[in-house]
Amino acid sequence: MAVKMFRQCPDSGLYFHKSAESLMKAHAVLGVVFLLVGGLFGLLVAATRAPGIHLLDAETFYTALTFHGTAILIFWIIFFEVAVLYFASSTLLRCRPATPGIGWLGFILMLLGSVLTSVAMLKGGSTVMFTSYVPMQAEPIFYLGLILFAVGALIGCFIFLGTLVVAKAEKTYDGSIPLVTFGALTAAIIAIFTIASGAVILIPTLLWSMGFISNVDPAMYRVIWWALGHSSQQINVAAHVSIWYAVAAIVFGAKPMSEKVSRTAFLLYILFLQLASAHHILVDPGVSSTWKVFNTSYAMYLAVLASMVHGLTVPGCIEVAQRKKGYTNGLFEWLRKAPWDNPVFSGMFMAMIIFGFIGGITGVVMGTEQINLIIHNTIFVPAHFHATVAVGTTLTFMAITYFLLPVIFRRQLIWPGLAKWQPYLFAGGMTIMILLLLGAGTLGVPRRHWDVNFTDAALHYQFAGTAISMLGMAVVGAVLASVGGVLFCLIAVGTLVFGKKLDAGASLLSSFGFPLASSSYNVERPDKLGLTPIETSGHSDAHGAKGTFVLALVFLATFVVYFFINAKYLSSLWPMS
Amino acid sequence: MSITPPSQRIWWKEPIHKIEATWIIIALAWCLVLFLWMPYWHVYGKQNLSNESYKTTPAAFEAKAKAMVDKYTVRKETKEDIPVVAPPVGSDVYLVGRLWSWWPILELEKDKSYRIHISSLDYQHGFSLQPTNMNLQILPGYETVITLTPNQKGDFGIVCNEYCGIGHHNMLGKIIVK
Ligand code: HEM
Ligand SMILES: [Cu+2]
Ligand SMILES: [Cu+2]
Repeated sequence: MAVKMFRQCPDSGLYFHKSAESLMKAHAVLGVVFLLVGGLFGLLVAATRAPGIHLLDAETFYTALTFHGTAILIFWIIFFEVAVLYFASSTLLRCRPATPGIGWLGFILMLLGSVLTSVAMLKGGSTVMFTSYVPMQAEPIFYLGLILFAVGALIGCFIFLGTLVVAKAEKTYDGSIPLVTFGALTAAIIAIFTIASGAVILIPTLLWSMGFISNVDPAMYRVIWWALGHSSQQINVAAHVSIWYAVAAIVFGAKPMSEKVSRTAFLLYILFLQLASAHHILVDPGVSSTWKVFNTSYAMYLAVLASMVHGLTVPGCIEVAQRKKGYTNGLFEWLRKAPWDNPVFSGMFMAMIIFGFIGGITGVVMGTEQINLIIHNTIFVPAHFHATVAVGTTLTFMAITYFLLPVIFRRQLIWPGLAKWQPYLFAGGMTIMILLLLGAGTLGVPRRHWDVNFTDAALHYQFAGTAISMLGMAVVGAVLASVGGVLFCLIAVGTLVFGKKLDAGASLLSSFGFPLASSSYNVERPDKLGLTPIETSGHSDAHGAKGTFVLALVFLATFVVYFFINAKYLSSLWPMS
Repeated sequence: MSITPPSQRIWWKEPIHKIEATWIIIALAWCLVLFLWMPYWHVYGKQNLSNESYKTTPAAFEAKAKAMVDKYTVRKETKEDIPVVAPPVGSDVYLVGRLWSWWPILELEKDKSYRIHISSLDYQHGFSLQPTNMNLQILPGYETVITLTPNQKGDFGIVCNEYCGIGHHNMLGKIIVK
């Protein structure tokens, strides 16, 4: 007798395979746990950096900062990304996941690894920051946990690839894989490269911490570690850009403006990524300028080009879809009349704007070899990556969660009124914090620093008053963002437990597939996924995205101006050669 | 839609929108400007990091710094008696980063050039000259050499901006420009 393992969600029409769905839920839920805990540590860190509050003592501060960076950047993001991989393969392709049993093994490794590393950090003996630069040494379980976690994530990537193969072999879809799956494929390929680099550097470091190897070269460590550290940011970008396209399709029914352009842009991420770690090494000894310039430009600017292309085509495809619905007045009616009270859209759109305008521009500017001299290791750097990863990636994942909660868990969102405001709170708070920290960093305030007033130091230095007050005011943004972050976690977890059931079977256990004979899985094999229908009607033409084009030009102008302001600032430094 | 297979089986032969093509060209041109700006600045800019760096050891580097301090110390400052060193114009000057200080204090002349050697004796440190705001990563075992020409008078702080343990926030140094 054939087993019925699929169900079709009556609201979205998506098909979920029982094993894939349970894996998705497990990974996403753990991710949210780390977001909540890690985010609260972020607030403690921000409240300590504000000189007026100076909340934690020095030792606790550095421990909290290590935990914040690791738990949130690595554990939250990657747990969620593995869930996205199951969604983009099994769900979008209507296919059974390859080897779900091994998928659970991967999950257990990730869980074990994240717990080990977290314990190591919270105990206090591994306060080395998430970058763990040698020769500062953590306890072996810190590295061991990271390695186990990475192996688990690697398993997730291979199951994703396996699922694509199964889908192809069992002909579950027609034509080529959807753009979103293609984007997820890029993310998975980059992840495999990333984790390989991680293994190359973390395994020797583990052996060194256990005393089997006498020394790990610090320059080599930085080059290889950043092949892990940077490329993993490229995974995030590929993943969140895929979700932007998914949201455009889910909310607006949007089609990509051109499949060819969007897919080529994803491909650029893979091709031009190898040594993008170079932009973390711009002011390091031991590597030459030629190496730096070559590897930042060939490896980075073509990836930048890819992001600039997505920056046009994602809002562009939304604009085209909206114009077809009749929102054709002026340049921006399509945008004004977008569903700004739907957190799936508002979260995704703000994530995109802040990622591009703040994260993208600051990242490229400080990634310029010489300009890095005025930015390296100032608090400008954390400000930059909160725009990319705390808003760009995290807010995008929050947005798609609002869509997935009712679809996967079959429960109605609790507090829909608050959910409407949550993305604004989080994005607004983050933006305040980011802009103030960018300002303080431009004035030289260091990152990872407990006391910028140097109260106990033998010598003395006084930062400009504006720098110190910007650092102090940033905590206001941090509080708002934290309220937004906590609200998100409460809504997500609250919906699982208290949300009104959308169908009879939705108890918390049954949503994880217990009891096994859950009635909602009643489809043996979904219908084959067909090609996107070609629309014939509509107002759209080649000029359909002119509003987006204007936005893109505004973006470019901001970019150019900001770049040359920094070049000017650089030219005021003491001459050096 | 982006979540279903492309309408055209042969999607790679679809024409590209004019707006997309225009934007790709503009964006590519800007990326090229960004790239060319770096070699341009190497030739015409005055702030470039040298390519000079050497492998060293903490002991060897400390010995060279000590020799310089012994020779050119002009006075001591603070209750810790930190030596203030006034090396000859154009000479090789050694700055040590260690837990948790930049040692010694340097006294330089305005508009004169010095070859500054910097290394760490223990963990990684961040050389952050303030308020000029010039930042370098300093690694143990590697000696960074830059030719520096201070063009402002005054007292300048050297902050450490790479986390180096529990005393990191107390790690300061000083350059006096006369
Ligand atoms: C309410 C939310 C958050 C607040 C208030 C917050 C605040 C901060 C602050 C103040 C710092 C310290 C900068 C320093 O002293 O060097 C920091 C560091 C960091 N944050 Fe956040 N953050 C938040 C959310 C996030 C999210 C969502 C992510 C990533 C997904 C993230 C990733 C990081 C990382 C990687 C670091 C660097 C740690 C290090 O330097 O080792 N943060 N955060
Ligand atoms: Cu230091
Ligand atoms: Cu330090």
